[in-house]
Formats: sequence, C-alpha cells, structure tokens
Amino acid sequence: MSEIPKPVISVRGLCKRYGDVEAVRGVDFDVRAGEIFAFLGPNGAGKTTTVEILEGYRDRSAGEVRVLGEDPQHSGRRWRERIGIVLQSCRLDPYLTVRESLALYAGYYSAPRPIEETIELVGLEGKADARARSLSGGQQRRLDVGMALIGDPELLFLDEPTTGFDPSARRHAWETIAGLRELGKTVFLTTHYMDEAQRLADRVTIISAGEVVARGTPEDLGDREHRPAKITYREDGREVELETIDPVKTLNELTGRALAEGRELEGLEVSRPSLEDVYLELTGA
Amino acid sequence: MSLVLHQFRYDQKAFWRNPASVFFTVAFPVILLLIFATVFGDQTVAVHGAKIETTTYYVPAIITLSVISATMQSLAMSLVIAREDGRLKRGRGTPMPAWVFIAGRIGNSIVVALLMLVLIAALGRIAYGVPVPWERLPEIVAVLVIGAAAFCCLGIALTAAIPSQDAAAPIVNALLLPLYFLSGVFIPDDQLPAGVIHFADAFPVRHFFEAFFNAYVPASGGGTGLEWGNLAAVAAWGVAGLVIAARYFSWTPRRG
Repeated sequence: MSEIPKPVISVRGLCKRYGDVEAVRGVDFDVRAGEIFAFLGPNGAGKTTTVEILEGYRDRSAGEVRVLGEDPQHSGRRWRERIGIVLQSCRLDPYLTVRESLALYAGYYSAPRPIEETIELVGLEGKADARARSLSGGQQRRLDVGMALIGDPELLFLDEPTTGFDPSARRHAWETIAGLRELGKTVFLTTHYMDEAQRLADRVTIISAGEVVARGTPEDLGDREHRPAKITYREDGREVELETIDPVKTLNELTGRALAEGRELEGLEVSRPSLEDVYLELTGA
Repeated sequence: MSLVLHQFRYDQKAFWRNPASVFFTVAFPVILLLIFATVFGDQTVAVHGAKIETTTYYVPAIITLSVISATMQSLAMSLVIAREDGRLKRGRGTPMPAWVFIAGRIGNSIVVALLMLVLIAALGRIAYGVPVPWERLPEIVAVLVIGAAAFCCLGIALTAAIPSQDAAAPIVNALLLPLYFLSGVFIPDDQLPAGVIHFADAFPVRHFFEAFFNAYVPASGGGTGLEWGNLAAVAAWGVAGLVIAARYFSWTPRRG
C-alpha cells in the first residue's frame, strides 16, 4: 500500500477578521508537493490576506494552517530556509546589480543555489551586471523571483506575479514560473487573471468574497463539461440562440429539419462556456 | 556576526551609489564648511571666555552636523524608503534575523560618520589650519561613536512618525534644521541669546555638539575634554529612541 504524501500546505476553516470585516471566511484547501496551485479571485477576494497568513506575515483569526508541517504563526529561521516569497509589490534595491541582489540574499541562507545558475533560470543572463533601477518591470519581477529562489526553497509563494505587465513580459514571467515545475518546486500562485491560472496551474481554487466558490483542474473547473452548450445560427437574417444540455441531439434535430426543408443554417456554431464565463459567473463579476 | 558584515558590505555599496545620500551626507557638509569659513573666516568666537578662530569653531560644528546627517537623517530616510518599497517586509520573509539587518545599517552609518570626521578634520587642517587634536583622539572617537549610536536610534525611532517616502525629507529637515540653528551649529553660540541655548538644551543636538566641541577643541581654545553631563544626555536620548523604535518600528509599508 502506497502512503499518501502529506500536503505541503493544509488549510482548514481559515478565517481572518479586520474589525467588523471578515476578509476570509472559512477557507479549506490542500496544496500537494510539486504542483503549481493557483488561488484565483477578483481584487479584494481575500487572496493576499490568505497568502500572507501562509507566509507568516499575518496572524489568523480562526482555523488550522500547516505549511511544510509547521504553523506559520510560530515558525522560525529553519522554516524560512524552506520557503521563498515574492510579494505583490516590492521595489528592489535600485543601486544593486542583479548579481549583487542575488548574492546579498544568498548570504541569508545556509545552502543557497549557485548565483549564475539562478540568473539563467530567471532569464537575466544579459543583465547580470545591470542595476535593478535600469531593469524593466518584467525584468525586476524576474529578479524578485530569482531572489525568492536563491535559498533553494521547497515552496514558493507568488502573489500576483504579473499584475500590470504587458503581454510579452507576462509570457516571459509565465515561462519562468512554468520552469519551476521542472525543478520540483511547489508553487502557490495567487492571481486575478483567469488565463494565467489556466496556463500555469495544475489545480485552481477560486475564491470570492472570502469564500471558496470552485476548485478543480483548469479543465474540469466549474463542471464545464456538464453545463449547457450554446448553439447559434442565423435564420432569415435573425440571430437564433439555443441552450441545450444535449447538444448532439439538438443539433441532429436542427440540421435534419434544415436538410429536409432545403435551408442553410448560416453561421452555425456550438460553444461550451469558456473558463472565463465560468469564472465571471462564480465570482459574480 | 559574519552575516552582519555581509549585510554591511551591500549597505555600503548601495549608499555610495546613491547620489542623494552621497550629496546630502558627504558633499553637503563640505560645502557648508567652505561657505561658513569663507563668509565668517576672519572673525573670532568667544567660547568659555576664550577667543578662538571662527574656522576652529566651525570644524567641530560641521563634524557634528555630518555625524547627525550620516546617522539620524540618512537612516530615517533610507529606512522609510525601503519600508515603503516593501524591501523591509521582503527581508523579514527570509531567514535573516531582524537584528542583523538593523546592525548592518547602524554599522554603515557609524562608518560613514567616522569617515566624515576624517574628511572634515583634514579639510579644516589643510584649508584653514585648524589643528587636529591628536592627543585627544580616543576622547573624540568615543564621543563620536556614542553620539552616532544615539542618533541612529533616534533615526530608527523617527521612521514610526513618517507615513510615506515623500514625507521623509520634510519631516527630518523640519526637525533638524531649526535645531542646528538654535544649538549653535550654524550660528556661533556667543551670538545666540541665552534663552535660545536654554531651549536647545532640551534637545539632543545641542548636547552632542557641546560634548563633541569640547573634545575636539584644545583646552587653550576653550575646550574642556570629556563632558560626562552632555554625553549622558545624548545617551539618554539614544535609549529613549531605542525604546520607541523597539515598540513602534514597522517592517511593512504604511500604504495600502
């Protein structure tokens, strides 16, 4: 009998109150070793509050939290050796170069990764001796990821790593993050971009107003396979739209009738709800 | 301890590459000394009943300013900038202990302060013939280090009262500039009314200036060596700063 590996992160009934405001209301999830786990939700849903509780920056109001087997609220240096953190917004020291920033952080850890290898890993080979202030936003964020990786952590937290990026910087950042999977790192990623979660994550948990509203792989999230399909076509210049839970049958009837009557079904299309549709519906946006 | 040295090395790099910190901490005191020496150079100042050259007065005065600038001013500003940038919070997410970070910054400030002692003393000697009191070097360094440490604590404490990066320079200057004037750093104290000196005595700048002046200027010129009363007042301010810093210093940005 194979043993079920312990989750890297385990959260049960997590609550966080600020005065009268309940930012996080009874959240449960597990993150498994080696996966990229996306915590997806709109702004203000409680993502950053949750990730900062997992990182040990904030205390929780109620619930159970285990990160690498420890309670982040009472963890020490040895635990910090094993995690890497990229904050949602952090400006790096503008006067240190890429190599120096990494060397500074490498000194904080007992067994850091090699600096040159880390520079390569985040794709900043050409910028190793450039000061942080001369880097673009996307390059700075990749340096930030490099500084989170320099201690060779088992678990990496990325809080909205591509917010505000242009499409090419996002693609670069995504390549870097996807590359972490090959290193065997576990990644906890928060994002409000659905396509980011879809592209990177093994599993997604959607949070809205402090509560989990859906969870699953990007493919089966929100039970898309079993939601009604949409059939659209034009008839006598009018748009016709049908919703059906049995698209094969409906299409058969539709096309059969059209063939029998010798008509065209102009612009015929069958579509499943996209992940974006599901996301917007679930988060009430 | 080697971790403190590691942190210190990178703090030094960042300090010397930052044009604002180099200008205000290193170049500005030099410019002030040149201006004061040029404008008031041929006059004398009465100190403890003795007459001394104005330049002899301004060399320890500008060293005093340099020490406060390298410690309280530079620390308060750079820590608020690092805090609001999220760099302090980021550092707290690593295994580095908090005290290492603070110790590195304090070490950086004290080294810059000692460097300014050398620079201003040399400039005073070479340009204006102000004697360097070698025989009192231990006293001078002791007073400087005690003062530097105290003003470091005050600078760290002050960050708690500074809400944003934009507010850092105005708040620090609004506190220190008047005190430089009132404490005799800019205007020789024989020209200040007794009431002003009395008022300035309530603050640490005047006590540090007196302690440093009396260590730096030879006895024949009005100096009295080590001044325990003034030093104790400076140290007490430093301890008060330390208590406030320990209670109110924040690692996380105030914004958002």
